[in-house]
Amino acid sequence: MRLNELKAHELLPMISRQEVTVEEAVTCVLDRISAIDGTIQAYITVTCEHALRKAREADARLAKGEPARPLEGLSVAVKDNISTKGIRTTAASKYLEDFIPPYDATVIQHLEDAGAIIIGKTNMDEFAMGSSTENSAMFPTRNPWNPKRVPGGSSGGSAAAVISDEAVIALGSDTGGSIRQPASFCGIVGLKPSYGLVSRHGLIGYASSMDQIGPMTKDVRDCALVLSAIAGHDPKDSQSYPGELPDYTEYLIPDITGITVGVPKEFLDEGLSQAVRDAFTEALEKLEALGVTIKDVSLPHARHALAAYYVISSAEAGSNLARLDGVRYGVRTCASEDFASMMAKSRGEGFGPEVKRRIVLGTYVLSAENHDKYFNEALRVRSLIARDFQEVFETCDCLVGPTSPTVAFEAGEKTRDPLAMYLSDVYTVPPNLAGIPGMSVPCGFDKEGMPVGLQIMGRQYDEATLLQVAYAFEQATDFHVRRPEAEPNAYELAGGERSV
Amino acid sequence: MFEPVIGIEVHAQLKTESKMFCSCSTNFDASPNSNTCPICLGFPGALPVLNKKALEYGIKTALAFNCDITECSRFDRKNYFYPDIPKNYQITQDAFPVGLNGYVDIPLDNDVRRIRIKRVHLEEDAGKSIHEGGTITDAAFSLEDYNRAGVPLLEIVSEPDIRSPREAYEYLCMLRRTLLYLGVSDCKMEEGSLRCDVNISIRPKGADKFWTQVELKNLNSFRAVERSLDYEVRRQSQVVAAGEEVIRETRHWDEAGQATVSMRRKETAEDYRYFPEPDLPPLNITGSRVEEIKATLPELPGARRERFMRDYELPEYDASLLTDTQELADYFEEAVREYGQAKTVSNWVMGEFSRLMNATGIGIESVKVAPSDLAAMLKMIDKGTISGKIAKTVFEEMFTEGKSPEVIVKEKGLVQIADEEELIRIVDRVIEENGEVADQVRAGKDKAIGFLVGQVMKMTKGRANPQMVNELLRGRLIN
Repeated sequence: MRLNELKAHELLPMISRQEVTVEEAVTCVLDRISAIDGTIQAYITVTCEHALRKAREADARLAKGEPARPLEGLSVAVKDNISTKGIRTTAASKYLEDFIPPYDATVIQHLEDAGAIIIGKTNMDEFAMGSSTENSAMFPTRNPWNPKRVPGGSSGGSAAAVISDEAVIALGSDTGGSIRQPASFCGIVGLKPSYGLVSRHGLIGYASSMDQIGPMTKDVRDCALVLSAIAGHDPKDSQSYPGELPDYTEYLIPDITGITVGVPKEFLDEGLSQAVRDAFTEALEKLEALGVTIKDVSLPHARHALAAYYVISSAEAGSNLARLDGVRYGVRTCASEDFASMMAKSRGEGFGPEVKRRIVLGTYVLSAENHDKYFNEALRVRSLIARDFQEVFETCDCLVGPTSPTVAFEAGEKTRDPLAMYLSDVYTVPPNLAGIPGMSVPCGFDKEGMPVGLQIMGRQYDEATLLQVAYAFEQATDFHVRRPEAEPNAYELAGGERSV
Repeated sequence: MFEPVIGIEVHAQLKTESKMFCSCSTNFDASPNSNTCPICLGFPGALPVLNKKALEYGIKTALAFNCDITECSRFDRKNYFYPDIPKNYQITQDAFPVGLNGYVDIPLDNDVRRIRIKRVHLEEDAGKSIHEGGTITDAAFSLEDYNRAGVPLLEIVSEPDIRSPREAYEYLCMLRRTLLYLGVSDCKMEEGSLRCDVNISIRPKGADKFWTQVELKNLNSFRAVERSLDYEVRRQSQVVAAGEEVIRETRHWDEAGQATVSMRRKETAEDYRYFPEPDLPPLNITGSRVEEIKATLPELPGARRERFMRDYELPEYDASLLTDTQELADYFEEAVREYGQAKTVSNWVMGEFSRLMNATGIGIESVKVAPSDLAAMLKMIDKGTISGKIAKTVFEEMFTEGKSPEVIVKEKGLVQIADEEELIRIVDRVIEENGEVADQVRAGKDKAIGFLVGQVMKMTKGRANPQMVNELLRGRLIN
């Protein structure tokens, strides 16, 4: 087995015992990227020299006898909407094609302090708006299980990089499912933390009241390791949770007897595909066998979640993206008569169609005549959904359901039908609206070998229970060990070619 | 007869060290764009963090204007595109401002007018644009300086309770005075740390409905506010008298022409698409926090003025002038503490002291005369060491040189001549030299004695005790 194929918790002791050098580990990942990323297209930027320099520095420290840090030498793939000082950060938008942030996001500082090494910046839907990574202004990313299919989105690049061993760990961001849905589509573990658990400082804002950065990893233990490194109060994010946090790795115990797991009936509606329903049913049986109590529950307002989500997220997005006006950074169209036309043309050229759609939608729902009808109504729905969750958590320790109604769909299948695309997030959106944590773990494969994800949701700031249930489930199954069998190069590929 | 209905919005820059949502310095005179960071430049991913001092100042001011403090106060985004707004939205407070429903009392013509304050809220300032060779629509290019972007502002909005241009002027003075007492703003209109927008309409006197209102801009002084309102009341009255309708518009005050000029019609209200600022949690201003801040409030101008009238038995005029600034009022009170007689101190502070300050342009904060020195000088007058007339010379010297009155009197030999023998010698000499006038006095022309007193004072350079001189002259010429 090559070093890039190891899980973080397998590689870490080898590095700390100096059985392998960090440089060897990083080189393995870089080699894998050169070999396969031409096909997968997970990365927008690969920080080869940076990674090797950091690797040698780490080796020098270890050689001097300094103790290994918690994530020493791990190659991390970072979603390209997370600011990295001196490293191009595009949010997969033409507008920011050449943008180099002057500062690091807090999560980047945390990861680097813990010894992780940025190996590259991953592809995504432009400004995190999308569910297939096809909205990237750069190129689409392919699903390593079947390159004709999408990896999910918007953190599709990070998910694809992890499952194809082009990274050891990855960061994604999740506003309505953008970590969990691609984790599900690619067969990896993805956690969207509670709102406020991980600092948003440096994350290019999409919908500020829901955005969260979270780990995307090969298994649950790696997820807990990364979460422990990035979670915690940050005075630079005013919405950051100020409370004390546990060591998440302590909850990785395979015993979950006595835990009550709720199954919201709204997550098993007619939109659910048979393959996912079958995998989910088996997962429930597995959980029951592990000693949990299964309880049927209802989140009566969840059926309005998607509508409320698109109203609120578009309103916030329209406002957040207003700063991209051609004045201070990014694309500027020079041939224009005045400020208004310079700005309008710069934005017109810089933004892709989905981004424009959301800006128009956001502007519409906040306009004076629609404000109450749409925006305020969505806020009311949001608080009802939060209350629904609160009520079920009075009797349940966590909830489970499918992460997404389907397995990864074909590239191009939904690009002409935004509503069909939006439905891919129907189960992942409610936790974002309520601010609670949600996690996707592999729970099976369909007949064509495409992975299915199990979503686990918990009380706000109770990531520990999520990790505990996920770990026990993972230990009792082997879905997380499987890897895409054939080299993707063997497939005949359709879709856009890499251009950057 | 028409009466004006006037409402005023004041923007005051808060005197904090750092900006509203980042740690950049608020010194916006520094070289362009030197006091900026990813937050106040609106870089992707940068998040606002509220300046606690700015919030404290906001609450303090709202309390000073008798507002209810909004416990669940929060920030909102006001969305509009303009190159000097880095994020193309302004973080402000729309639905839940820090303070609501307050008032301020304005003393006016021996009466008190209560002007209601609709709201007090916090927001961030914009940067500065320089549109080279024109306006934003026709300039060859525009330059942006973001040093001022994110400087904390407090907006104070009155209800349309103001009924005359003079009342508007007095309202603004009271507002500025209060903000200065609170120490929350410099209130320098010429530097832009205090700005005001005025809305005015007229209506038949005593009516309760509102007519079309006009917004006035470019008001660079309180006097400009008063004069532009005077002009606007006349103009609108003439429009209505001519059977026409006042148009809803923004008018620009032309200082040189002393007239308001139409700028733009307001056909539709702008839609700022306000919504709660998702990057900042609600403020949750607890009752105990409010009490804490309340305890730090200084005595405010209105209360101090009344206390001066009550405790020092000063006329309203004196009390108003002395409490115009905290420094002057403090000065007065310290001098009174040392000297005792309030009215005498008041006369000196409002008289010689103010005259010299005005003449030299020296503000109370840099005056060299300590209140104890003023008190010492007043005591010297009482003891007869110096005459009241000489005291003015002494005081001027104290003001310019900063020396104590004792030193000045000694150095310049200004001690009053109260020695009878010495005075007799001088008086006799004056009688001898002015025989004709002396005869007139002897003949009963009492008024002529003043001339002789004057001659004695002249000869002694004002040092003679005038009362004794008078008595000596009378003793010699009349009895």
